[in-house]
Amino acid sequence: MAIDSKVVARAAHLARLRVDDSETAELSARLNDILGMVDQLQQADVDQVEPLAHPLEVSQPLRDDRVTEPDVRDKVLPLAPASEDGCFLVPRVIE
Amino acid sequence: MSHSGNWEVVIGLEVHVQLATQSKIFSGTSTQTGDDPNRHASLIDLGMPGTLPVVNKEAIRNAVRFGLAVNADIARRSVFERKNYFYPDLPKGYQTTQLAEPIVGAGEVEIQLESGDKKLVRIHHAHLEEDAGKSLHEDFHGQTGIDLNRAGTPLIEIVSEPDMSSAEEAVAFARKLHSIVTSLGICDGDMSQGNMRFDVNISVRRPGEPLGTRTETKNLNSFRFMEKAIALEVARQIDVLEDGGEIVQETRLYNGETNTARSMRTKEDANDYRYFPCPDLLPVMVSEEDIQTLRDELPELPDARKARYIEQYQLSAYDADLLSGSIATARYFETAAEHGGDAKLAANWVMGELAAKLNAEDKDIADSPVSAEHLGELIQRLKDGTISSKIAKQVFEACWNGDGSPDRIIEAQGLKQMSDSGELEKIVDQVIADSPAQVEDYRNSDDAKRKKKIGFFVGQVMKATQGKANPQQVNQLLQQKL
Amino acid sequence: MHDKTLTELKAGLNAGDFSSRELTEHFLDRIKRHDGELNSFITVTEEQALRQADAADQAIAAGDHRLLTGLPIAHKDIFCTEGVRTSCGSRMLDNFIAPYTATAVEKMATEGAVMLGKTNMDEFAMGSSNETSFYGPVKNPWDTERVPGGSSGGAAAGLAARLAPGATGTDTGGSIRQPAALNGVTGLKPTYGRVSRWGMIAFASSLDQAGPLGLSAADCALMLQAMAGHDEKDSTCLNEPVDDYLGALDQSVDGLKIGVPEEFFPDNLDGAIADNAREAMRELEKQGAKLIKLSLPSIKLSVPAYYVIAPAEASSNLSRFDGVRFGYRCEDPKDLEDLYKRSRSEGFGAEVKRRILVGTYALSAGYYDAYYKRAQKVRRLIRDDFSRAFKDVDVIMGPTSPETAFKLGAKADDPVNMYMADVFTIAVNLAGLPALSMPSGFINGLPAGTQVIGNYFQEGRILNVAHRYQMATDWHQQAPGGFA
Repeated sequence: MAIDSKVVARAAHLARLRVDDSETAELSARLNDILGMVDQLQQADVDQVEPLAHPLEVSQPLRDDRVTEPDVRDKVLPLAPASEDGCFLVPRVIE
Repeated sequence: MSHSGNWEVVIGLEVHVQLATQSKIFSGTSTQTGDDPNRHASLIDLGMPGTLPVVNKEAIRNAVRFGLAVNADIARRSVFERKNYFYPDLPKGYQTTQLAEPIVGAGEVEIQLESGDKKLVRIHHAHLEEDAGKSLHEDFHGQTGIDLNRAGTPLIEIVSEPDMSSAEEAVAFARKLHSIVTSLGICDGDMSQGNMRFDVNISVRRPGEPLGTRTETKNLNSFRFMEKAIALEVARQIDVLEDGGEIVQETRLYNGETNTARSMRTKEDANDYRYFPCPDLLPVMVSEEDIQTLRDELPELPDARKARYIEQYQLSAYDADLLSGSIATARYFETAAEHGGDAKLAANWVMGELAAKLNAEDKDIADSPVSAEHLGELIQRLKDGTISSKIAKQVFEACWNGDGSPDRIIEAQGLKQMSDSGELEKIVDQVIADSPAQVEDYRNSDDAKRKKKIGFFVGQVMKATQGKANPQQVNQLLQQKL
Repeated sequence: MHDKTLTELKAGLNAGDFSSRELTEHFLDRIKRHDGELNSFITVTEEQALRQADAADQAIAAGDHRLLTGLPIAHKDIFCTEGVRTSCGSRMLDNFIAPYTATAVEKMATEGAVMLGKTNMDEFAMGSSNETSFYGPVKNPWDTERVPGGSSGGAAAGLAARLAPGATGTDTGGSIRQPAALNGVTGLKPTYGRVSRWGMIAFASSLDQAGPLGLSAADCALMLQAMAGHDEKDSTCLNEPVDDYLGALDQSVDGLKIGVPEEFFPDNLDGAIADNAREAMRELEKQGAKLIKLSLPSIKLSVPAYYVIAPAEASSNLSRFDGVRFGYRCEDPKDLEDLYKRSRSEGFGAEVKRRILVGTYALSAGYYDAYYKRAQKVRRLIRDDFSRAFKDVDVIMGPTSPETAFKLGAKADDPVNMYMADVFTIAVNLAGLPALSMPSGFINGLPAGTQVIGNYFQEGRILNVAHRYQMATDWHQQAPGGFA
């Protein structure tokens, strides 16, 4: 399945990556190389096979409903590019 | 505006129920949110690099409890998936939720309508997921502040089939779900805080035609708003269609203050959420044994409570439904009935005076200034003849205003019904003596008319006694003397 | 001192031959002198190292000898270390001072390890040559015009040049084993779920696993002994008892059944590489092991399956790097969209962006079944192939890498060719099995490695096999010249 620049642009938007026009051709070519290799998967006969999400088929351990995590605000807010009054700041969001 | 011909309304609900756990669904962070922003946002909730989720057992148990309460299939194996999208209140860039393998499968809920009819509303499924944080738009000089205290709070999302065909049905269904989750104790049901959120999918069609395009209305933080918002949207859709227009699939935001709704900005490109099983989590397995234990431990549910009310208190199905409908109302009613020694009276007071007053002041029954015990006391006094029903309303009012217990109020304000028949007799005599013309008229009337005309004298006596006389006693005395 | 193995250094510390401070200063000095050339460290934590060394010396004096007391270890810069920059080789996290410490690092510290610093790596562990690092490529100490492999290239190169006596790495598709092979050191990827992933910055969550790199199998056993074990903070970390890896090292390999998959010796494989691996197996044969030919037919599809699953998971795992709560943010974003797109485009390098795009595409509507779901099905076939094989054999062996270290830049513009560097290692991650790479000789002066794959939780077995091999050979004792 070859992809064109439109598909690349769409994936880039979904992934919130900016792809400049100058990069698109090269990027599409590389992605097509990768997808071309990946397309070998289409040869596999897997109609009767269940997908495997985890190598070990074990079940989720469950945690007791207790508060164990401390308040880390004063530790993490300084890591933020922009913060004020205990909040992380972003450009205005319009709903 | 008048609409031509028949339109059928098709309504489905998506309900987010915030689970009343101590800690979040995937982290041991407190679920309290009231304090400062980001004080209840741990490394995990913040999506710090390298952090990982672990599932809260109680969230799973609560979801199973809900499933059992609506006779749903409980998935022995359910899977958390990631719903990928970017938003500042979504720290990891994905919401961990369930899609293909939710924990609660198909179920059903019976709703009671005012007409006395009952209806089954099917539940498509219910799944577990994490809540997002909050975007704060004020006080950040044109920027948006992000508070992640709520991020990671456990939710179950209940998705109904589009089985409802009116606002009444939708509200009845919503109330029923509210009642179920509060009875189970898995949610506090506080809609004003968004702890239970109803999104309504609405479409209209001509009878026999295929389903119309639906819209989703959000931000319905009370049942009253839900009812109004549905009416508004149904009317809007019919208008559009009758004017030859088309319904656009969109999300609409309802504003209860103005009773208006607006379309939320929809991106041209519909989102592609790229769901896939969360690789940080394993399938959740629930054993038969766990399910049986939870089933055995289920508290009394609204349907059972309703049946008990009908049986135990001889209430009508509709009254029983209203009173059993919310756990808070049910608790209040049962306490009042017990203390008052009269369930019928308690029912009438709870659905009448109390409901009106709560409604007028927009209060929850749990916050009622008149406690259930006090209402019970009031009912007792009414029953034993200490006060008349008219005075009872006055006592109720005083109790509501914080003047103390009914007994205290009756005592302090001297509202005790006149039980001394000698004193009452004097007053009756006086009234008769003061109204010769009316006495004459009464005496010349036939029995049927007398029944009406005696009201005048009763009124005069009550006025003279400031309502403290027992109306039955007054009636008797008047009939004797006249 | 630096030519000694961790095991030897431990004995020296405990015997009082030298102090942890002396040892630590020695390695810090070597890093200062040689790492300008190799670029194997992103951050050197000198002060903290000396503090930890002093504490270790006090512990030793008090008779508190733990598994790693006083031993200097270099951690891959993918592990969060509280108060220390944790960059993951990316501009995105160039300014990220981790607010907490990864469990694997914590466990080693609890056992007395001294952290020398944080090693260079491919950006977000995406690469097989260490050329995608924001901090520049690491050079292979055997030939500084060549790559050290990746993504744990800094760990393997630093270790080979004896800038650290032990190191941690992570392995998603070969990122411990392939650089170990290319630098002539031993590297172990444990069973998926053996070592906690808490605090290890995720690349592909269902494949990532932390493990040790050392100068010998015994050193790896020592480090794994400290790293392994249940962690309730990681749902996928299994609550299985940790074996006595050190105790199992000396077991005989007489009667050991070694599976030799034909797929690890394809017709187009470099003859020298094939011969090298066969020679290693012959050495074990001499000790009584039996070679059993077998086939793992589905592993031919492991590279394509991996290059769907890993990018898909990565595309989601890397969404949290959005310029809001930590990490890089672009200058003057004009709106939210601009903030996201520029921060991410400027913060991530080309290979990371490529993989995010591939993963996004593979998960998007209309392609999910053809790519992601199909890859997960192939994943099951691969796992089942191994499970069948392990009914008949104890371990599976073959070359770690289809080639020795290649020239810097040789594959930089050819991602698919680069991906083939992991052709023999990737299937192991898809199946979640433990595997190690041990030095097995030289081809044209460059190290070659042989891979030993074990069944689930058989780390002790594969370490034992490698140890027996190393008892009979001295490839693992060879050090590159020029780093005196």
